[in-house]
Amino acid sequence: MSWKLFWLLVEASRLTIILSAVSISLGFVLASLVCAAVMSGNRAARAAGRLFVSFFRGTPLLVQLLLIYYLLPQIGLNVPSEVAAIVGMSLCTAAYQAEILRGGFVSVPRGLIEAANMCGFSPAATFRRIRLPIAVQLTIPALTSEAIMMLKSSSLVSVVGVIELTRMAQDLAASTYRPLELYAAAGFVYLVINIVVAGLGLGLEKRMSWGRL
Amino acid sequence: MTEKPAIKVEKLVKRFGANTVLSGIDLVVPRGQVTCLIGPSGSGKSTLLRCIAFLEEANEGLIEINGEPLGFTSGEYGERNRLPAAQIQKVRSHIGMVFQQFNLWPHMTALGNVAEALVTVRGMPRKAAEERAMAQLSNVGLSARAGHYPSELSGGQQQRVAIARALALDPDIMLFDEPTSSLDPELTGEVLNVMRELAQSGMTMLVVTHEIGFAASVGSKIVFLDHGEKIVEGRPDEVFGKPRHERIDQFLDTYLDRGAATLL
Ligand SMILES: Nc1ncnc2c1ncn2[C@@H]1O[C@H](COP(=O)(O)OP(=O)(O)OP(=O)(O)O)[C@@H](O)[C@H]1O
Ligand SMILES: [Mg+2]
Repeated sequence: MSWKLFWLLVEASRLTIILSAVSISLGFVLASLVCAAVMSGNRAARAAGRLFVSFFRGTPLLVQLLLIYYLLPQIGLNVPSEVAAIVGMSLCTAAYQAEILRGGFVSVPRGLIEAANMCGFSPAATFRRIRLPIAVQLTIPALTSEAIMMLKSSSLVSVVGVIELTRMAQDLAASTYRPLELYAAAGFVYLVINIVVAGLGLGLEKRMSWGRL
Repeated sequence: MTEKPAIKVEKLVKRFGANTVLSGIDLVVPRGQVTCLIGPSGSGKSTLLRCIAFLEEANEGLIEINGEPLGFTSGEYGERNRLPAAQIQKVRSHIGMVFQQFNLWPHMTALGNVAEALVTVRGMPRKAAEERAMAQLSNVGLSARAGHYPSELSGGQQQRVAIARALALDPDIMLFDEPTSSLDPELTGEVLNVMRELAQSGMTMLVVTHEIGFAASVGSKIVFLDHGEKIVEGRPDEVFGKPRHERIDQFLDTYLDRGAATLL
């Protein structure tokens, strides 16, 4: 395979990385809100949070992407397909990340919160200084896995017309009649990206490891 | 206020569902002394301590800290009225607590653990808080470990940091819930020594413990709890000396080997 073909794949992977990074970040912000809603004392907020999670976790990302792609113009929003892709991916990963975060908060040992309580911490201070940092540390491995899952799932956005890495490989395979080489090369590019992501996650985990609880 | 006991508990009842764990406890903890709470497992010692710390809310009865009601007051017709949260926090600020499992915050160093509440709760500048925390750590013999995370400390060191953390907030009452029960035998001594020094400095202490030797030598008063009831109360020599209450005898037999029991 020529360098030129390979370079086209690398170029296309830029979009894969950008779409995934933006969706994972937006998804994290949204997930924090959903997690807060699910854990809140407000019944309506809890119900809304649970509904969100069950819908976006319970339907395939492919279906969600198609729904959003056809729904947005219907409600008068003519957005580029990249935006539709980001919306779909963000909503989907938010549901998973919200559950990961909730698991982290639930796993913070109760005694640590009671110790803060005995030291006079307000609930807000306890959240900010004790529960949040510990929950984040506990969830970094799972959040890293979710980021890798999203990077791979981003190949689905070709259905709404975004030419990312997988779609580019597909197009090139069709025009060059060399599917084997192109798909192998695309797989290799995914692998390299994900090894970097996994390394970042591991580094973050190390930096935040104050030992076992 | 000098006349008032540090802690006064009246007819305290605590239920978990249908299970009555404390059935009408009366207790007075005198100021400047060590009161030890002993009793078999499941007798309600931790629950009583947690009610006094307001980590658990009692179903009936009243608690006074330095003469001030904690959590509830009794109204005109004997009904219980809940006090405002700020009032509860104010009364609780007199109390420091040390847990069996240390409960140090794993993401902060020893120094950070001790300084944290001074900054977050008391609003002290970080630097001043750390100076004060350092002084507290050196009081428990741990200034050399200030920069270590809890996971890098032995159980005995962790418990001493936990004591320093509670003391940094200047409580006038300290509650201990089996502070040495999760320690290896060779590490209990260093924690008990810190507690002994604290007792000598005049701190009011309420200690749940299975260390009968400590209770007998440091305690001014022993309270024996069984099945959520106060069975015996008195000076160590009254409680452990002969003739002994039958239940105390049984308790000592199961918790100590017989040889140790006869030494008392
Ligand atoms: N949060 C809770 N929910 C339900 N039951 C509880 C709870 N906490 C304690 N209990 C019950 O209350 C009883 C007294 O428990 P407590 O922990 O006060 O005993 P203890 O005297 O401290 O025992 P130990 O020496 O084992 O620490 C036990 O039967 C226990 O199962
Ligand atoms: Mg207990």
